[in-house]
Amino acid sequence: MFSRGLLKNDLGGRVIFYLLAAAAILVPLCNLVVPETSVFYLSSYTVTLVGKYLTYALLALALDLVWGYCGILSLGHGAFFALGGYSMGMYLMRQIGERGVYGHPVLPDFMVFLNWKELPWYWYGFDQFWFAMLMVVLVPTLLAFVFGWLAFRSRVTGVYLAIITQALTYALMLAFFLNEMGFGGNNGLTDFKDILGFNIQSDATRVVIFVLSCAALAAGYLACRYIVESKLGRVVLAVRDAEDRTRFIGYRVERFKLWIFVFSAALASIAGALYVPQVGIINPGEFAPLNSIEVVIWVAVGGRGTLYGAIAGAFLVNYSKTFLTGSLPEIWLFALGGMFVLSTVFLPKGLVGLFSKAGKEDG
Amino acid sequence: MSKLLGSRLDRMPDSIEAGVDTRHGQVLYLENINVSFDGFQALKDLNLYIEEGELRCIIGPNGAGKTTMMDVITGKTRPDTGTVFFGQLIDLLKMDEPSIAQAGICRKFQKPTVFEYQTVFNNLELSMRTNKNVWSTLFASLSGEQLDLIDEILETIGLVGQRKSLAGSLSHGQKQWLEIGMLLMQQPKLLLVDEPVAGMTHQETERTAELLLALEGKHSVVVVEHDMEFVRSISRKVTVLHEGSVLVEGTMDQIQNDRRVAEVYLGTLC
Ligand SMILES: Nc1ncnc2c1ncn2[C@@H]1O[C@H](COP(=O)(O)OP(=O)(O)OP(=O)(O)O)[C@@H](O)[C@H]1O
Ligand SMILES: [Mg+2]
Repeated sequence: MFSRGLLKNDLGGRVIFYLLAAAAILVPLCNLVVPETSVFYLSSYTVTLVGKYLTYALLALALDLVWGYCGILSLGHGAFFALGGYSMGMYLMRQIGERGVYGHPVLPDFMVFLNWKELPWYWYGFDQFWFAMLMVVLVPTLLAFVFGWLAFRSRVTGVYLAIITQALTYALMLAFFLNEMGFGGNNGLTDFKDILGFNIQSDATRVVIFVLSCAALAAGYLACRYIVESKLGRVVLAVRDAEDRTRFIGYRVERFKLWIFVFSAALASIAGALYVPQVGIINPGEFAPLNSIEVVIWVAVGGRGTLYGAIAGAFLVNYSKTFLTGSLPEIWLFALGGMFVLSTVFLPKGLVGLFSKAGKEDG
Repeated sequence: MSKLLGSRLDRMPDSIEAGVDTRHGQVLYLENINVSFDGFQALKDLNLYIEEGELRCIIGPNGAGKTTMMDVITGKTRPDTGTVFFGQLIDLLKMDEPSIAQAGICRKFQKPTVFEYQTVFNNLELSMRTNKNVWSTLFASLSGEQLDLIDEILETIGLVGQRKSLAGSLSHGQKQWLEIGMLLMQQPKLLLVDEPVAGMTHQETERTAELLLALEGKHSVVVVEHDMEFVRSISRKVTVLHEGSVLVEGTMDQIQNDRRVAEVYLGTLC
C-alpha cells in the first residue's frame, strides 16, 4: 500500500496511524452506540475536545515541515490557521440565513447591527460550500505566496523572518478586530446552525467532523512524509543546514522555501477550517501572536523535524493546557514556559527523542 | 584515481560544452574588478584569465582577496566595477548563484561545507547535475546510471566505506574530499577550490594533489592554497594576489625567485 511504503522506516508515524485509525472507529462507536450509562461512553464534549486537538496536531505538523525541515521559524502560522477558520466561519454564517436574531435573509446579524444594507463583495460565494472550501485553500496560500516571495527573495532569514511573521499575524489580528472589515470585529463569527444541512450541534455531525479531522491529519501526515522522503525533502534539509552551499550547487533556495511555506500554510488553513465547526466560533483572538508561539512550543516539546513528534507535542501540551486551565488556571503560562525551557535545554530532540534514544540503547 | 581518468567523468564536460563558448581558449575572464566593503578595497583592478583545461594556483597572504575573488565569480558578491565572463558569451554579473552553478562553475568553500545531517551518499546525490527545479526534485528518482556515477565518485574520493555515514561524522580531511566529490557530481566546466588541503595529513594532501591533477585538461581548475609544497606539486602557473590585485604570474620557480613576492610574504617594504 502507498502509506505502507511511506511509513516503512517511520515507527512513530505508524503508531500515530494506528492511533488515528483506532480513534476514527472507536470514538464514533463510544459516542453514538454505547449507552450513556456505560463506562465506555464518550461524551460529546470529549469528542469535540479531542477533535480540536486533532486540528492543532495538523497545525503543528504544518509548522514542523517549515521549521523542523526547512529551518524557517514561522511565528505566524496561527494566521493561516485563523484564515482557514474564517473561511469556514463565513460559510457557516451564511448558512444561518433567516434564523439569525434579526432574521435578515442574507446579512449576518453583525452586519444588520452595523446598519449595513448589502453584503460586501468578499462575502459573495460563501453560501456555497465548495466555494468556501476553495477559499480555505486559496486565501492562505496566496498570502503565504506573496509574503514568502517577498521575504525569501530578499533573503530574510532567522530571527528577522520570525519577527516579520509575528508582525504579519499581529497586523491581521488588528485588522480583523475592526468592525469595518466586515468579519464581525471583536466578536468574530459564531452562532452557527448547520453545515451542509446537518445540525452542527448534533452528536452525529460532531462525530463526522471528528472522523474527518482524523482523516485530514492522516492525509496531511502522508503528504508531509512523501515530501520529506523525496529528494525535495533532502534539498529542504540542505537549505536548513547550509543554505549557501545549496545555492552554490544550483538550487534556487528561495523557490524551495516558498513552495514548502505555501504548502504548509495550506495545511494550517485546512486545520483551521476543521477547528471552527468543532469549537463553534472564530474571532480575531486566533490571530494573537501568542497563539503562533504556542505552536512552536508544541513542536519543540514533541520533537522538531520528525513530523510525528509535532503531533505528539500538540496533544501533550494541549491536554496539559486543558487540564491546568481547568484546575490551576494561574499556573498555565508558567507551565508552558517551563515545558519549553526544559525541552530545549534537556531534550533538544523533544519527547520523541527520548524514545528513539531508548530504542537505540535496546538494540 | 586512475579510474577517474578512464571513466564516465571523461565525457562529462561534453554535455555542457555547447553552453560555454571557449573558442578563444579562455574559459574565464575577469577584468578591472573592484570590490569594496565599507570603504575597504578588497579587490583593486583585478584582471585574471583562466585557460580552458588549465589548473591554476592562486596564492597570496591572508586578506589578499582570494576568497572575495571566488565570491565575485560565483555571484555571491557583486563587484563595484568590472566584467566577469564565462567563455566568450556568458556574462556572470547578470546571473545569480544557482544559475552560475548550473552553467558549470562550482566551488568548494574555504571552510568545508557539507550537509552534516545527511549521509555521504545523499550529499553526492543532491549535488548531481540534473534538473534542479522544485517539481522535478519532488518526483525525482535515481537511474541506474546515476547510481553508478555516485559509486564512481565515492571511489574517487575514497569514501566508499562511509557511503551511509552522516557527513557530520567525517574527519576534516574527509569532509574536504566529500566537498570535492560534490563538485565532481556537478560535472562542472570550471572548479573553484578554496584551500582544499587545509587540515589534511600529509598523505591526504598527496591524494588531493593526485585528484586535482587528474582533472587537469578536462576541467579548468582554480585552486587557492597556502600550502606551498602542495602548490608546487600541482602547479603549472601560479598567480600571486596581493592587496586585491595580481602581483606576479608565472611558474612556481619564477614566483619563488621574485623579489616582490618575497617582500609581500616577509612583510618587508623597500
Ligand atoms: N563581507 C565582507 N565584509 C567586509 N570585509 C570583507 C568581507 N569579505 C571579505 N572582507 C575583507 O576583504 C579582505 C579580503 O578577504 P578574503 O577573504 O578575500 O581574503 P583571502 O585572500 O581569502 O584570505 P585568507 O587567506 O585569509 O582566506 C579581507 O581583509 C577581509 O577582511
Ligand atoms: Mg580565503
